Amino acid sequence: MRMPEPNAAVMARRALIVADLKRLCPAAECVIEAEDEIRAYETDGLSAYRQIPLAVVLPRTTEEVAAVMRYCHQERIPVTARGAGTSLAGGAMPTADGVVLGLMKLNAILDLDFANRTATVEAGVTNIAITQAVEHEGFFYAPDPSSQLACSIGGNVANNSGGAHCLKYGVTTNNLLGVKLVTVEGDIVEIGGKHLDAAGYDLLGLLCGSEGQLGVVTEVTVRILKAPEGARPMLLGFKSNRQAGACVDAIIASGIIPVALEFMDKPAIHAVEAFVHAGYPLDVEAVLIAEVEGNDTEIDDLLARITKIAKAHDASYLRVASNAAEAAAIWKGRKSAFGAVGRISPDYICIDGTIPTSALPETLDRIGQISRSYGLEVANIFHAGDGNLHPLILYNANAPGELEKAEQCSAEILKLCVDVGGCLSGEHGVGIEKRDLMDYQFEAHELALQKRIKAAFDPHDILNVGKVFPLEDATTTALGRAA
Amino acid sequence: MAHHAPSSEAELTELVRETATALAIQGGSSLEGIGRPIAADDVLSLERLAGITLYRPTELVFQAKAGTPVAEAETALAAEGQALPFEPPDLRHLLGTEDRTPTLGGLVATNLSGPARVARGALRDSLIGVRFVDGTGLIMRSGGRVMKNVTGLDIVKLSAGAHGTLGVLTEVTFKVLPQAQTETTLVIEGQDATQAARTLQAAMATPLEVAAAAWLPAELAEASSLGRNAPLTLLRLQTFTDFLDRRTTALQRLVQARGSTTRLDPDTSRTLWRDVRDVRLLAEPRERAIWRLSVAPSHGPTLHTTLTRELDATGFLDWSGGLLWLAVPLGDDAGAATLRHHLRQTGGHATCIRAPAALRARIDVFEPRAKPLMAMTERLKDTFDPKRRLNPGRMYAGI
Repeated sequence: MRMPEPNAAVMARRALIVADLKRLCPAAECVIEAEDEIRAYETDGLSAYRQIPLAVVLPRTTEEVAAVMRYCHQERIPVTARGAGTSLAGGAMPTADGVVLGLMKLNAILDLDFANRTATVEAGVTNIAITQAVEHEGFFYAPDPSSQLACSIGGNVANNSGGAHCLKYGVTTNNLLGVKLVTVEGDIVEIGGKHLDAAGYDLLGLLCGSEGQLGVVTEVTVRILKAPEGARPMLLGFKSNRQAGACVDAIIASGIIPVALEFMDKPAIHAVEAFVHAGYPLDVEAVLIAEVEGNDTEIDDLLARITKIAKAHDASYLRVASNAAEAAAIWKGRKSAFGAVGRISPDYICIDGTIPTSALPETLDRIGQISRSYGLEVANIFHAGDGNLHPLILYNANAPGELEKAEQCSAEILKLCVDVGGCLSGEHGVGIEKRDLMDYQFEAHELALQKRIKAAFDPHDILNVGKVFPLEDATTTALGRAA
Repeated sequence: MAHHAPSSEAELTELVRETATALAIQGGSSLEGIGRPIAADDVLSLERLAGITLYRPTELVFQAKAGTPVAEAETALAAEGQALPFEPPDLRHLLGTEDRTPTLGGLVATNLSGPARVARGALRDSLIGVRFVDGTGLIMRSGGRVMKNVTGLDIVKLSAGAHGTLGVLTEVTFKVLPQAQTETTLVIEGQDATQAARTLQAAMATPLEVAAAAWLPAELAEASSLGRNAPLTLLRLQTFTDFLDRRTTALQRLVQARGSTTRLDPDTSRTLWRDVRDVRLLAEPRERAIWRLSVAPSHGPTLHTTLTRELDATGFLDWSGGLLWLAVPLGDDAGAATLRHHLRQTGGHATCIRAPAALRARIDVFEPRAKPLMAMTERLKDTFDPKRRLNPGRMYAGI
């Protein structure tokens, strides 16, 4: 993995920069420079790569964030904004000549407005903390990325994070009403608010998912929703991926929008069964989890309709959860899938492409062929309702050359996603991981437009440098590998 | 004045590249009265770039060329029991353009959403992909035909509501949803705007999936298809036939202490909401300006009370109080200064949807933006359309 050559002149000024940051954020423990402490910031969820930054600054207020941005903009010091560091594509990876701007000290819940059904919180508040703050009134915040216990809402905005329930509730951008943004020049601006529609250009829509390259979000206003009366899943098993795919199509065509519709293939099923004994059938090629919401009578009715559809599509296994414990048992397998795969393989790469759902069977066939050609195992988990496919490529980082092989296999699978009409990333973001594949999905002039948009917000290119767009500079340097 | 109507995207790109003059972009021109008058002599019409290009009901994906009539899209979707989630308004009666043909491109350019917006999101939330030609004549794509996509910057969102000032849309892709099997509306009689807002908020704070929430003052209720001379609070439920009765009863129990309630049959409900959606109740008298205010729902009733009094205006609330439609006497500025004075206190923004061209040229049709946001707006315009030739002046003078 290559990164732009660090600016030696900036690196030479490290002591001065640290002193300046301490002046701008004078409270204790707001600037981190000691080597043992700074290591906590050297990587994100893409832990195969690491890089120690010049310094880490942890402002306590929007004004301090603005002061840091103004300073770094004037001094041309690269800045990588960071929430909880759970991003999976290297989006929060530091640069050697840059400052990590950590937002986790901005952790106040500012306003819970049940009449308007909004919550306004600082960027470092975790995703789950929003739901926890409003659940006493029966409300929740809908997007639920699997890292929701740890990930910050600011990071969710930067990545336009999704989750398992977005078929019904949408992703972050559909639940975001406003932000306080610090521009690269250090101006503080409010975009959106508690009203529903943008005034003028939809800057909120542009910022959401911009991976920290257009500005730094310090406050977020989101829509909160009343929790459903109830929700229950059912588990369906099929003798072929094709039948499972056809069943997904038929459920959607029937007019039912399940709140979640999850698919797992045979290797994934076997991995989770060996790990958590969720009682999944082992004699099938694929399982589906379909979850619906409503009151008990409505749930029974909807699950009966799905059962009928599944039988018509030759489901060989059917299990309806009739209570909370049975529901938890069905979800247990799916929720432990990543851990289960981690248990049967020393390392894995989690891919995050999206495909048209109708292309699922042929895509899975092709993924099998690709992984076999590299001699690697792959397990597939799929948000079937929205087409977001997560193949897990199993490899051993300690075997020489195997990471490279797994990365090449991953790249080929992502290109396949684009070929069948999908895209490189459904919810994890591009970061550094998929950066060099961007010119496979986009034409050069389309990437040029996106880069010009970045330049319109960040003319000196200091925000999250070396991410999202393929590197142009002739001089690059290799990024450090995990030991 | 030249009128260009390219028959292909390739022809369109050539035209944009080779035309030196500014271009007014037209679909079916049913919405041409929205926004400031365009400072362009030449017209670029998308009427020949029409047709559905991809529709996969089982994937909830619908794609069509920008010049496709909205009606054609709705007919194709209805044949599969599906619909555009955001309930697109048809503003022809309001704007006096009944003889025109609304197109999907026009809808996207204006990001107009109907009463279902509170439950199913805005147009921009359903829009998952765009193709457009930028100001230099290059074809650009953003998003695609899958509903979960975070690859690169989300120019899709930026295209919605840009009023054709950033690019010429050539193809749009929507996530669509099944149509509800049936619907009803609970009508609560006699509440003033403030009482109504509390009812609407209480209803939206239930798990019953209220699919629209509006309030009509007495004079508009009388003019509506219900013809009742009392203010009406309206709550719509849309669901499976088997579920409707239980949900309606639960909602009725919640609101019955607030005023006498009645249930509407599905057809009456649909007719009523079509009138709300299309703002038909404010269409007459014609010599009034129409404003659309997007505000925090809790501010809707206060603004309604204040502005109808101060401006001698008529208006109603949709989106649970978050959307205030007003018909205002024209005067010097159609009430712009007064509206905006109050909006500075409450937050939110106002857009003039109907007014004579001379007035639209004089006032801020769109909410003036704070200086740093205006600077971002200008820089974005120059990024997409460096010579500022696409719909110049439509949203802001000079942009």
